[in-house]
Amino acid sequence: MIQQILFTIVTFLTIYFSYKAYSSIAFNINLGRDYELIDNKSSRWKTMFLIALGQGKMFKYFLPALFHLFIYLAFLFTQIELFEILIDGFAGTHRFLAVYLGGIYTFLISLIEILSILAFIATIIFLYRRNLLKIPRFHMPEMKGWPFKDANLILLGEILLISGIFMANSSDLVLQGRLPEHFHHTGEFAISRFFAEGIFNNFSTTTLQILERLGWWLHVLVVFGFILYLTVSKHLHLLFAFPNTFFTSLTPRGEMENMPVIMDEVKSMMGLSDTSDEEMDMSADIPEFGAKDITGLKWKNILDAYTCSECGRCTDNCPANITGKDLSPRKIVMMVRDRAEEVGEKIRTGKIDYIREDMKAEGTKLTAKNFDDGKSLFDLISDEEIFACTTCNACVEQCPLLINPLDTILQMRRYRILTDSAGPQDWMPMFTSLENSGNVWQLQETREDWIK
Amino acid sequence: MQNNINVKTMAQFASEGIEPDILYWVGCAGSFDARAIKVSKAFVKLMNEAGVSFAILGNEESCCGDPARRAGNEFVFQMLALQNIEVLKGYNIKKIVTACPHGFNTLKNEYSKLGGHFEVVHHTQFIDQLIKEGKLKINNKALDDTKVTYHDSCYLGRINGEYSAPRNILNKANVDIVEMERSAQNGLCCGAGGAQMFKEEEKGKIRINEERAGEAIQTGAKVIAANCPFCITMLEDGIKTHEKEDDIKVMDIAEILAKGL
Repeated sequence: MIQQILFTIVTFLTIYFSYKAYSSIAFNINLGRDYELIDNKSSRWKTMFLIALGQGKMFKYFLPALFHLFIYLAFLFTQIELFEILIDGFAGTHRFLAVYLGGIYTFLISLIEILSILAFIATIIFLYRRNLLKIPRFHMPEMKGWPFKDANLILLGEILLISGIFMANSSDLVLQGRLPEHFHHTGEFAISRFFAEGIFNNFSTTTLQILERLGWWLHVLVVFGFILYLTVSKHLHLLFAFPNTFFTSLTPRGEMENMPVIMDEVKSMMGLSDTSDEEMDMSADIPEFGAKDITGLKWKNILDAYTCSECGRCTDNCPANITGKDLSPRKIVMMVRDRAEEVGEKIRTGKIDYIREDMKAEGTKLTAKNFDDGKSLFDLISDEEIFACTTCNACVEQCPLLINPLDTILQMRRYRILTDSAGPQDWMPMFTSLENSGNVWQLQETREDWIK
Repeated sequence: MQNNINVKTMAQFASEGIEPDILYWVGCAGSFDARAIKVSKAFVKLMNEAGVSFAILGNEESCCGDPARRAGNEFVFQMLALQNIEVLKGYNIKKIVTACPHGFNTLKNEYSKLGGHFEVVHHTQFIDQLIKEGKLKINNKALDDTKVTYHDSCYLGRINGEYSAPRNILNKANVDIVEMERSAQNGLCCGAGGAQMFKEEEKGKIRINEERAGEAIQTGAKVIAANCPFCITMLEDGIKTHEKEDDIKVMDIAEILAKGL
């Protein structure tokens, strides 16, 4: 009974705090701007099914993908056990499903155990790989500090979780023989039967009862803790992989987002527009082109950032990064998340200090539209980085979660060039030549000279 | 080879009252860059050989706008693109072929949002089709069994998904294809895209074209087959940095085929 009350309290606390944390994330993602999203549900479901559920792009890196698959499958199937835990926890029952499922239950738990052992091995290998093998992409500047700790914490959490499962199952198997009235028969589980025979059999019944409860609670608490922890971790990808692949862009990869405001302006300049007498309203805000901050990016760019698992395949394949430039697509994505967190948190305080100077007026409330804390994405991402990109799409091609770092880079470029009139000096003569002669180079020859 | 090409402009066709089957979009590099002009001529030679009815815009063509847009200058892009679309529509053009994957991408994927809808093919796709239809016969012995490595341009390969047409042609040309370690979907950029062609690289350990040229040299190939004028410039520069210009040449797919004509 005490356990039931405790479980109920812990569950509702988890629900309350995760509701708050996930609402904040949703708020932060919504700071991004709306944009045209192609409506093709069947294609979207298919992509999500193949890429998120089916791990479709993981196997470009074979071994990591294989070990990741063990952990992923263990995670998927453990949800069955979690479902039972919730019922047992609230109702005070013990292994509720065993009675109904019989042999199927033995099979399912055995399957989870086998996957858990594989996941355990994978976790140890990942710990070794991340900490002892000097894989360059795990030790780049953006991985220093929290990202590095985060990766290890997750792996340690997995070890705890798996230990809990085996502790509970092994104790349970021995107790079934000793206290059959409380621990009903489940059949022998594939892995824990060996632990039961070899180790747990030697423990006293009281010890086993304690160990069984410890294992069970360890499982519960690690899972609940995980749900909350995800909100500050790269591990959020296990949930966000699904919406992120669903909302992936369906426009051709080579198409940069059109800017209708500029298109219409140029059309009217060239006398191509039907509404050529419609002057641009110059009294309105000077339009801001491109993205300087979170609020200028698409909401999908921010969802991308929350989905990133920081695996670094993008950076690993970026020609600029490979040749020693500062640009790292992963860093761009990580900075978008950091900045979204910062902006979101500040806006939620409602402090009028964060209202843009020229928009401060009696009774004005702080919103995403008038927000200004004197900072922007450019404090986190340098020009050196955004101008080094060759738009080769290697990062886009590699991402197993369909994140598009390039889209953010190009929107920031647009801001520098169009709004700030800044950018690499070398480009200025090119722009001038294009504007004046329609050729990328300023030359004496004409376009027909080559055929003569 | 220089003197026996036959090219007419849309304006010339129009004055004769004839509509050619396809417009050849030459692009900035193909019109002005000495190296790329050789590719334009080789491609024209192939089209002449196959009896293709084509025209160029000549002086009515402007830059497609790719470098402006990717450098972030949407105003200049819109000016160029809208002007081009007006010209193309004026001549009632339906189908376009180009030997530049940047023009290919921009005309194919970006002009439609601006009101220009055209069927656009890259010259490797066009040539592949001509060979399949039997219109272009390959009696190329010049490069038989020569070791050739193929460099996927980003804008044809990864961005537009065309990996097979250029390889088909090379197979038909009877060369010995050796792939680089990073090829097709995983191909490494030459360093020119995103308007990088028109500015110095940011500071780093090595230039991108040097990295890529090094990888091509390692295959032991005698020829790097390319499909993009900017890749050709970049790779040739990279090879010079490695001082290997006597051992390995960069050639466009069209040039490889035209060698046999």
